[in-house]
Amino acid sequence: MKRRDGDGVNRERRGFCKFLLLGAISLVVPGEALGAANAKPAAPGWYGTTYKPTEHLYGMGIKVDRCIGCGRCVDACKKENNVPDEPFFFRTWVERYVIDEDGEITVDSPNGGRDGFKGPVSEKRVLKSFFVPKICNQCEKPPCVQVCPVGATYKTQDGVILVDSSWCIGCRYCIQACPYGARFLHPKTKTAEKCTFCYHRIVKGLTPACVEVCPTQARVFGELGKIASPLSRFRRMNKIAVLKPHLNTEPKVFYADLDMEVR
Amino acid sequence: MNQVDAGLYPLLKQVVGYIYPNEIELHWNLLIVVYPYITGLVAGAFILASLVKVFKVREVQPTYRLSLLTALAFLIVAPLPLVVHLGHPERGFEMFLTPSTSSAMAMFGFVYAWYLMFVLLLEIWFDYRYNLVARADAEKGFKRLLYRVLSLFTRDVSLNAVAFDKKAVNVITIVGIPSAFLLHGYVGFIFGSVKANPWWSSVLMPIVFLFSAIVSGIALMLLIYMIVSLVRRVEPDMACLDKLASFLFYMMIVDFALEGLDFVHRVYQSEESIQILSQLISQRLFVSLVVIQLLLGMLIPLFTIAGTKIFRPPDELRRLIYFFSALLVQLGIFTTRWNVVMGGQLFSKSFRGLTTYKIALGGLEGLLVSLAFLILPFIILFILIKVLPPWQEVEEEAIG
Amino acid sequence: MKNLPTNPMRRMWHRIPEQVRHLLVPCVIILGGAFVARHFFVPADFNLYGHYRASSVVENAEREIKFAGSEACSDCHDAEAAVKKTGYHQGVSCEACHGPEAAHTQDPEKVKPYVPRARSHCLLCHEYQPSRPTGFPQIVAESHNPVKPCITCHKPHDPKPPQVPKGCEACHAKIQRTISVSRHANLQCTVCHETDKQHSVLPRQYPPKKPQTREFCGGCHGQDAKADKDIPRVNMNTHGEKHLCWECHYPHMPEAH
Repeated sequence: MKRRDGDGVNRERRGFCKFLLLGAISLVVPGEALGAANAKPAAPGWYGTTYKPTEHLYGMGIKVDRCIGCGRCVDACKKENNVPDEPFFFRTWVERYVIDEDGEITVDSPNGGRDGFKGPVSEKRVLKSFFVPKICNQCEKPPCVQVCPVGATYKTQDGVILVDSSWCIGCRYCIQACPYGARFLHPKTKTAEKCTFCYHRIVKGLTPACVEVCPTQARVFGELGKIASPLSRFRRMNKIAVLKPHLNTEPKVFYADLDMEVR
Repeated sequence: MNQVDAGLYPLLKQVVGYIYPNEIELHWNLLIVVYPYITGLVAGAFILASLVKVFKVREVQPTYRLSLLTALAFLIVAPLPLVVHLGHPERGFEMFLTPSTSSAMAMFGFVYAWYLMFVLLLEIWFDYRYNLVARADAEKGFKRLLYRVLSLFTRDVSLNAVAFDKKAVNVITIVGIPSAFLLHGYVGFIFGSVKANPWWSSVLMPIVFLFSAIVSGIALMLLIYMIVSLVRRVEPDMACLDKLASFLFYMMIVDFALEGLDFVHRVYQSEESIQILSQLISQRLFVSLVVIQLLLGMLIPLFTIAGTKIFRPPDELRRLIYFFSALLVQLGIFTTRWNVVMGGQLFSKSFRGLTTYKIALGGLEGLLVSLAFLILPFIILFILIKVLPPWQEVEEEAIG
Repeated sequence: MKNLPTNPMRRMWHRIPEQVRHLLVPCVIILGGAFVARHFFVPADFNLYGHYRASSVVENAEREIKFAGSEACSDCHDAEAAVKKTGYHQGVSCEACHGPEAAHTQDPEKVKPYVPRARSHCLLCHEYQPSRPTGFPQIVAESHNPVKPCITCHKPHDPKPPQVPKGCEACHAKIQRTISVSRHANLQCTVCHETDKQHSVLPRQYPPKKPQTREFCGGCHGQDAKADKDIPRVNMNTHGEKHLCWECHYPHMPEAH
């Protein structure tokens, strides 16, 4: 069968290739145009109109000497945010530190402290013992956001680190990257989860659930950069520390009366 | 999921010391151990192939095409454990849509695609094209169509065209070497850049990964070449085997030096994490690290291959030693990956406790699936060898 | 020798080696396809505020609220709120004990609040634990009216104890236990710690005073102090140089060094 013409060109193949090329171009060009036209804000409703995220920068203060280890915060968080009840998933938890006279340190957190703490603390004579509530530190330089491959976790304009459960692919890199153990994988949705400062509460003027129920006001919620915020007073009146400062994550959860043994 | 929960309750009792409550569930498990092992083999096999083309090491020429096919077989399987491990495998393509430029993991999709399409497939195509066209002309029916498609309907096998093919192969190999470094080095970077984890966080991590990959790749080619020769009832070229064993030996020395440096550096600096890490090694990783990785996987092969260099035993014995050394090396490198991935999660980031990991037999994250992923590349390699026989080139050269 | 076409464009095209020409087809298809896929599958609101889906923020912000907040409770329950405002539990929010009640605020008739009446509930906070900060009111449950529900004697919204605690040991039990086996056992707390009456109601607003000077201890322990003969005396001018007494002697267990 003579396929090639006088010039040595296979017309049929030439035609087919042209068709393919044109087809690809005809899809790409309008696609680009559509894409450019679609770059309008798609976030609906009140966000950005009545509530302006750029006007806020949230943080939390924790006064260690006030924590009584009752676990109401852990319980409230689980209820407010539908965290699974099993003792493997916590958005916030309370640790108990026991330092005995020989300098040995024992740390525990039975069920995250949700049912309180029980039992004898140590056989040896105790030098001191205290509770430390733990939570996502909502870092200004979050290593979890840095390593997320798809942009499913991010820092909002008001400083809160959130997770996009519809976009998260469940690779768990963020869980590995968090130095504070604040993240976990939700067993049902198979996406990463963590404390969100109860974002759905704070944008409406409420406080996070853990702050709401703390009976001794060991947790203080407020905004950085606003003089009238309870957090400003907290930072002014106390000697402040953050967890793992050498990692330069710039946490926005500030601890007062933090002992050097706390990790 | 109930399976997860049910498996975690008994682990609570086996925790030593204190771990953050969320750390009871280990997230990167057997599948994530298999992945760097497989890409390591890809990188190693490719580097071996590049020895022939770029560094003109004539002795290992018999393994050239075999290395490329092996690299391809393993590369095809490489993303599977990753995708299966995701919480949402159906969303895995998001890494191509919205990759985060700050995330090493996001680079996976692009590095993998680049390496597969523009390095490996291209090099194999250029190297085999002459044979593909010849085969297309010789065959009939379905096979004819297959080879036409594989040769992308090219027909030109003139001297100029073949010369162009050879030049293309050289260029691609040169580009391919840093690409292979990137393909496996970035995995090391994924671990090495996690400042939260002192077991992983190290500048040396990508380098150690890369050199252990080269070691495993050369050892794999040693094994495959010997097995394939056995199946074909052909004598393996002893000069080739000796050269492979030599390269294996020298690469193992470099790898051992690097790992030794990492160890000495850690112990000397004695940072805060040294206490929990020593506990990790002595309590959780003793068998896998000291016995398997170090003794069986590194020292014994080193000494036995050194022995063949010093004492020059007869061919049969040398072949046997090479075979078992290469097997031990595979075991050692797999266990190295295990020690890195699992070791980093077996201690708490509070530096106050250790946890455990129980391998499940069934289930997507279980032993059987991982074994399947390790066996699958050999099945693919078998098919590739049937379609693209590596020794045709030698035969053709012999004929004329 | 290949016959090159006469047309210049076609000639240029045919100068490119056949292999490269044939490779371009799958290349264009793959890259073109990738481009197309991007524009169909990347969400329109991605990268609006940052490298994330903007609507995800709203999704996070529009979750269901479970805890109403104390302000919401006092809207209807102003009587209880008034009782609670001046008592020991003024700092404890309603939902700390009653649990999440946002559903109750939406439909007060249909959704009844949870009311904790069991003894175990109060013990969550008030059971003695050595790790709890000193001064926090704690009881040892086995010896403090065992089995009896706490609310029998303590009204939860104004939990004044039925008898006002006589001494300081009701809240400072650990210190009391320490001092009771020491030489200072017979000393009243108020001898050293001047305390406002309001301290038992608002402990943080009215903290007790502590001695500030060596002379204070010298009031009993100095050589010429007008105090009991059995009290050990030291020369206040030389003993301990310039240090304050409690830098070496723990006042609640002074014999321990």
